[in-house]
Amino acid sequence: MAEVRLDKVTKTFGSHKAVDALSLRIADGEFFVLLGPTGAGKTTTLRLIAGLEKPDSGTIAIGGDDAAGWSVAERDVALVFQYYSLYPRYTVRENLAFPLKSRVRSYTAAEIEQRVAHAANMLRIEHLLDRKTDKLSGGEMQRVSIGRAIVREPRVFLMDEPLSNLDAKLREALRAELKDLQMKLGATFLFVTHDQIEAMSMGDKVGVLNNGRLVQVGTPNEIYNSPRDTFVAAFVGSPAMNLMGGELRADRIVVPGAFELPLDDAGRRRLNGNGPITVGIRSEDVSIGAEGVAEAIVHHVENHGVEKIVTLRAGDCLFKATVPAIARIAIDDTVRFAWNQDRVHGFDPQSGLNRTRHAGQTDRPAMGSVPA
Amino acid sequence: MAEIVLRDIAKYFGDNYVIRKLNLTIAHKEFVVLLGPSGCGKTTTLRSIAGLEEIDSGDILIDGKPVQSLRAGDRDIAFVFQLFALYPHLTAYDNIAFPLHATRESGAVVEEKVRAVARSLQIEHLLRRRPSALSGGDMQRVAIGRALVRRPKAMLMDEPIGALDAKLREEMRSELKRLHLENNSTTIYVTHDQVEAMSLADRIAVMNDGVLQQVGTPSEVYLHPANLFVAQFVGSPVMNITNATVKSVNGHTSVILGDGDGTFDFPAELERKLAAAPVGDRDLVVGIRPEGVLVERQERAGYLPVQAHIIEPLGAYDIVDLKVGGQFIRARTPSGYVPRAGETVWAKLDKAQTHFFSAGSGESLHIRLG
Repeated sequence: MAEVRLDKVTKTFGSHKAVDALSLRIADGEFFVLLGPTGAGKTTTLRLIAGLEKPDSGTIAIGGDDAAGWSVAERDVALVFQYYSLYPRYTVRENLAFPLKSRVRSYTAAEIEQRVAHAANMLRIEHLLDRKTDKLSGGEMQRVSIGRAIVREPRVFLMDEPLSNLDAKLREALRAELKDLQMKLGATFLFVTHDQIEAMSMGDKVGVLNNGRLVQVGTPNEIYNSPRDTFVAAFVGSPAMNLMGGELRADRIVVPGAFELPLDDAGRRRLNGNGPITVGIRSEDVSIGAEGVAEAIVHHVENHGVEKIVTLRAGDCLFKATVPAIARIAIDDTVRFAWNQDRVHGFDPQSGLNRTRHAGQTDRPAMGSVPA
Repeated sequence: MAEIVLRDIAKYFGDNYVIRKLNLTIAHKEFVVLLGPSGCGKTTTLRSIAGLEEIDSGDILIDGKPVQSLRAGDRDIAFVFQLFALYPHLTAYDNIAFPLHATRESGAVVEEKVRAVARSLQIEHLLRRRPSALSGGDMQRVAIGRALVRRPKAMLMDEPIGALDAKLREEMRSELKRLHLENNSTTIYVTHDQVEAMSLADRIAVMNDGVLQQVGTPSEVYLHPANLFVAQFVGSPVMNITNATVKSVNGHTSVILGDGDGTFDFPAELERKLAAAPVGDRDLVVGIRPEGVLVERQERAGYLPVQAHIIEPLGAYDIVDLKVGGQFIRARTPSGYVPRAGETVWAKLDKAQTHFFSAGSGESLHIRLG
């Protein structure tokens, strides 16, 4: 197990800067998720750590030592990919034992057996040990791939979208399994994904990457509640945070042609001054009801079972609100709405940076689970 | 505009049924979603209605008339596929206008119809482009425009937005729903994505292994699943499912999960309703959605102490894996409600949200506790 540290690492392919002066610290035993859209530089970062690519500049340290001169094998990291690279004609047991039979490692047969048994037990695939891998389901194959990483007891696990090829239900189940596994192993995990739900639900820390640059690092709740800029705000959370171009005028937020909202005490604490601003509010912080302070038309209603997500329309402006499943609401209804202004964000319209990031927020009320 | 009736339709390949005795009525102007995993028969059902597949028995009636003998082109039905089937050498305008060639309408009428459809799909500015210059979402808008331009009696859609990315799918869902409200065409929509089904459908028809499992409004299917398959297919995170027994001692009723993993108090009416249910033994499966598992940070009467094993923060709320004896039950709590994994919290099953199924058949026992 080891800490991983990147210091101003840059990697270019031709004229394309895939990773741009990236500095990052993954603590020993941490589950760190690198999150970003396609082309953000996530996979390149992972391959740089694995030693499959060489940085143009900057240093990568594993366990406190500069890894620049180390080969892939010497780095002692394990890679798990989106596509399971298993040997099809071999059994699960043989596939698991394979990494231990390399010439550079010398394990006794008993050691190999013990490690394979341990990995199989961890992943609950003991019943599959004697099956050929082409007789396995996608989820089972990915478990075996992960098992092949576990048997080596590497210093760092590097995972590149390992759940992306699985169906929704299986992904959901494997998310919790992987997190559980990492906790049991106490291992350092770097997990790369474009799926913000995976990042939020598994990461101790999440690093959001865009265009090769690290935009923000924080706990899932920090990233969700205090996004550094509009990119993070829009990328993390489903539905995405409502973002709209508006103007602060004394005691009001004005979204031209759409609506005006008077600021309350919380709103005044978080947004002050005059002039153009991009305002952001999450759907769960928009409420619909008679006590609302502005008017909108119901554009669309999505029933998600436990709740409904309502798209509201005011002028040309569309934004979403989350309401309880029992709420009676229909398309084309005129409704009144309000914002929980303790949760409103103000972003600079030019730079996109969050101006309200460090303004105080009170904790969400802890109300226990309320029966529907 | 049309009513579509499927009466006892069946289709098989060799000994394998693809569709088994399917009965379903889709009302005039209704939006029905056929939902199920791959291979469940939903696409075959849709293609049979379109006339692209023949059925082995049963009747398909459109506005009361059997259509099995009609060719696909004569059924006055439009079909939209997952893959944008556009003519690459034609502009968006010509792609949309294409189905009107056969109608021999005047150029002015065609133009008016194409523009009207393009307006409702908000692609008027793209009409002169060829498909290769369009984004995935816009290509699918053009494909839908081509289906709509004839004003067909019914629209059949086979995973029309399945190939688009998540953000665009979200946007297209709302467009499709609004489009349906404007056009009022009877729509049958096939998907394996329960979120799409829940958000688009007037009614959802859940299929598995060629068999219709349940037909109902999104709320009915979510709140009162007919069997274990529907219970686990609809809803995310998936419903917790566990074997259970019900015991009553001195008028005190409890539900015991697994092999004594956790014992939860339940009202005595459960005992009465179970006695009336058509199940011989007490071989039960209990299902409860994460939002039906109530969690408290302090000890409380009727709640069991359990360990919070894993916390998955999802921003607006958390999913907490609770260790109940030897098994895990997932609960939905407000964000940050359980501060740390490893803490002891108190849990109970909300009686109104607890589902009881026969372990043998997997069918719901339709026990509703008030």
